[in-house]
Amino acid sequence: MYKAKVLVKRRPSILDPQGKAVEKGAEHLGLKNIKETRIGKYIEFLVDTDDKSSAENEVNEYCHKLLANPIMEDYEFTLEPASLSASRDKKAK
Amino acid sequence: MRPKFGVVVFPGSNCDHDAYYSLKKVLGFDVVFLWHKNTSLESCDVIILPGGFSYGDYLRTGAIARFSPIMKSVIDFAKKGGYVMGICNGFQILLEAGLLPGVLLKNKSLQFVCKDVYLSIENKDTVFTRGITSKDKLKFPVAHGEGNYFADEDTLKSIVDNNQIVFKYTSFNGNDDFNPNGSIMDIAGIINKEKNVLGLMPHPERSCDPILGKTDGSLVFNSIASSFLN
Repeated sequence: MYKAKVLVKRRPSILDPQGKAVEKGAEHLGLKNIKETRIGKYIEFLVDTDDKSSAENEVNEYCHKLLANPIMEDYEFTLEPASLSASRDKKAK
Repeated sequence: MRPKFGVVVFPGSNCDHDAYYSLKKVLGFDVVFLWHKNTSLESCDVIILPGGFSYGDYLRTGAIARFSPIMKSVIDFAKKGGYVMGICNGFQILLEAGLLPGVLLKNKSLQFVCKDVYLSIENKDTVFTRGITSKDKLKFPVAHGEGNYFADEDTLKSIVDNNQIVFKYTSFNGNDDFNPNGSIMDIAGIINKEKNVLGLMPHPERSCDPILGKTDGSLVFNSIASSFLN
């Protein structure tokens, strides 16, 4: 089993008004060195297979067809070995 | 014959009843609701994807609704030439489904905008506009946070070359700030190359009942209906 960590970023050519508005907040905080704030998404999930290349294929399809819109967003991800019990079962008890 | 309309209901749709009411009670058409989990279009002639916040706008507007069971039928229907109209969130769903080109970004102002706008009809040779002969400018309300239409240069060129811009935001008196969301080229609504799938941000269904002070929306629905007369 793998844990996937996906970053979805707005493509550089696409204006990010949300990032601009948040950066205004930085100005109000008195932070003078904050530039080019851009807001993306971080998504994590488990992939229930031990075959890394099939995990990669599945994550790519998930990203390409649903998690990101390729017209305005780019994505990147990492996969690391994980187990279900470590992340969830503790809470259940 | 009179066309039968189908209004798709997603979890979070909130203009479905507006569309149903205007089509049925104001304009007298045969209308049914189509639940998103069903796959039958119940022999409707025109499918409306209504406004709202389908699936809470989670991830991106329209991104999850596009995978609803009913959407597979809607996409097949559209590919066979069936008439589909996406209003507001419905427009966002059509873009996510790839039935129309481009994307809708957050409004330039970052504000949710809710007001009446004026539209110019840029393509009068579509089933949605052919019957509109009495007016050059239409008054519809907008109500959205993400209606800022964007497409890259190549896509935009193809949209223009194929006469796919149907509605643009336009000035009422020549000096007003008329574009409500920053959309590129003031685009308010576009159609696919085959001219049977229309998406627009403004709400024609909220501009039908005279008691609301504007009725230009009925021109669009009647235009569709008149194409079924022949």
